[in-house]
Amino acid sequence: MPMPRPSASTTYEKSRTSTRHPLALTIILSTALLALSPAQAANLTDNRRSGYAFMGPPLRAMQDDDMTNPASLWQRDGETLWAEPIGEAGRSCADCHGDAASSMRGVAARYPAFDRTMNRPIDLEQRINHCRTAYQKAGPLAFESHDLLALSTHVARQSRGLPIAIENSKALHPFLAMGRSLFHERQGQLNLSCAQCHDDNAGRSLGGATIPQAHPTGYPLYRLEWQGVGSLQRRLRNCMSGMRAAPYAFGAEAFVDLELYLMWRANGMPMESPAVRP
Amino acid sequence: MAKPLIKVPPTAKKGEIIEIKTLIAHPMETGYRAGLNGATLPRDIIRRFVCSLDGEEIFSADFSPAIAANPFLSFFTRIEKSGSITFQWTGDNGFSVSETVEISVS
Amino acid sequence: MSSPISPPCAVERRRFLRQTAECAAGAAVTLLLAIRPARATPEEMRAAIRQTIGPAAPHDGRVLLDLPPLVENGNAVPLTVTVDSPMTGQDHVVAIHLFNEKNPQPYVASFHLGPRAGRAQVSTRIKLADSQQVIAIAQMSDGSFWQGGAKVIVTIAACVEDVN
Repeated sequence: MPMPRPSASTTYEKSRTSTRHPLALTIILSTALLALSPAQAANLTDNRRSGYAFMGPPLRAMQDDDMTNPASLWQRDGETLWAEPIGEAGRSCADCHGDAASSMRGVAARYPAFDRTMNRPIDLEQRINHCRTAYQKAGPLAFESHDLLALSTHVARQSRGLPIAIENSKALHPFLAMGRSLFHERQGQLNLSCAQCHDDNAGRSLGGATIPQAHPTGYPLYRLEWQGVGSLQRRLRNCMSGMRAAPYAFGAEAFVDLELYLMWRANGMPMESPAVRP
Repeated sequence: MAKPLIKVPPTAKKGEIIEIKTLIAHPMETGYRAGLNGATLPRDIIRRFVCSLDGEEIFSADFSPAIAANPFLSFFTRIEKSGSITFQWTGDNGFSVSETVEISVS
Repeated sequence: MSSPISPPCAVERRRFLRQTAECAAGAAVTLLLAIRPARATPEEMRAAIRQTIGPAAPHDGRVLLDLPPLVENGNAVPLTVTVDSPMTGQDHVVAIHLFNEKNPQPYVASFHLGPRAGRAQVSTRIKLADSQQVIAIAQMSDGSFWQGGAKVIVTIAACVEDVN
């Protein structure tokens, strides 16, 4: 959905006027929140709950044990791919990064992250593809392809249990503001915003499902509905279908801005990747 | 696709009852679902699983399309001697995967 | 296939969620009616049981079917069957068969055990198309059959992937 990119300040005014809260106070609050460290942000919002908290014991058990978590199958493939030399450079991920258990520890918890060559944030899947094209001289992997999900699952697994830590850098602020604006923008035939479900009505029921707070703590994750592993962008596309909105294309800048905002909003919450969700 | 995940204790006491767990990547396509173009997706399932110790069957299973994608199984066996535990999954479209794990009995 | 989505709901701000839920539920029901083949009836389940175990009438008891009472998605419902048996050479479970009422096919799976199993317990994950009863039947070495069942409620998610 093409839309002009507003500056940070106009984004806030635009988004906040669509909520019930007094405008002046929320502008101050949201500006203040952006200036806080992740730990401070976590303290302010300790009523945040992962989607894990909304699941029944059987699904939690399925996620907690690598032997029952089907995403382990993807992660194991990613471990194999990590060590495979590819591309014209004939180089593997391991040739540069060594053992993922140490070199990738905490990395997924910091993505999307600002990339200087792109001059904008990129997400973990784009980072993997950047390595492939720039350093391994191999073609990029398609979004949602088995190999890309396997690699991102393997990388994200190394952050399990670590707090989400989106950097509080000025360079990211305009993109955070854009993501925040998208989160509050009404869209689709149902004229809904993300915030109307996931902020205003989280914990209540939509159809037979409990509405979670939309904290992306476990991506890539195994979704029972998909019967496979998928990325956060795939989940966001499903949300947009539910709103009867035309989903953005995979890799769209708007998606990365939204991912960035959602991860920032979950700063300090522990990573669960790869999670299991219904 | 990934090798199956198999959990067998590496060692056991003679006569001990051990739990064996397996997880294998497979779509278990039922044959009842419509694909993107509206046409029914053809059935593609694992039909049989056999677990043997040194060639002697200790557990087996017959699957229908109702077994969930990426099938998980857990079962028990009494271990009397060291040996090779073989796992074999066979199914539609020539699907056949075999794995062997050693167990040492003291 | 024509779109199962009902005409856009007239949404008023305070009622949007309830109506969204209704739209989603309505769409889901329409979708189910449109794509699901005729489901197995309990009668068909009885026929499938006869086909698997023969004319024997299973006794109630000795079989514990552990199934969550409510699941958020029917695509992978974890279950454990435990049969009360000494698992000796003279007295053991030969097989455990699983059946359901409302999937397109009532037969789910069979597990073949013997005295070597030591413990008559099997776990797996199954698909359930709807809220329904699942039945486990154990075939004993003395030729008798025992059964246990469990009911499970399967809820339908709201914002699902639009594949059809």
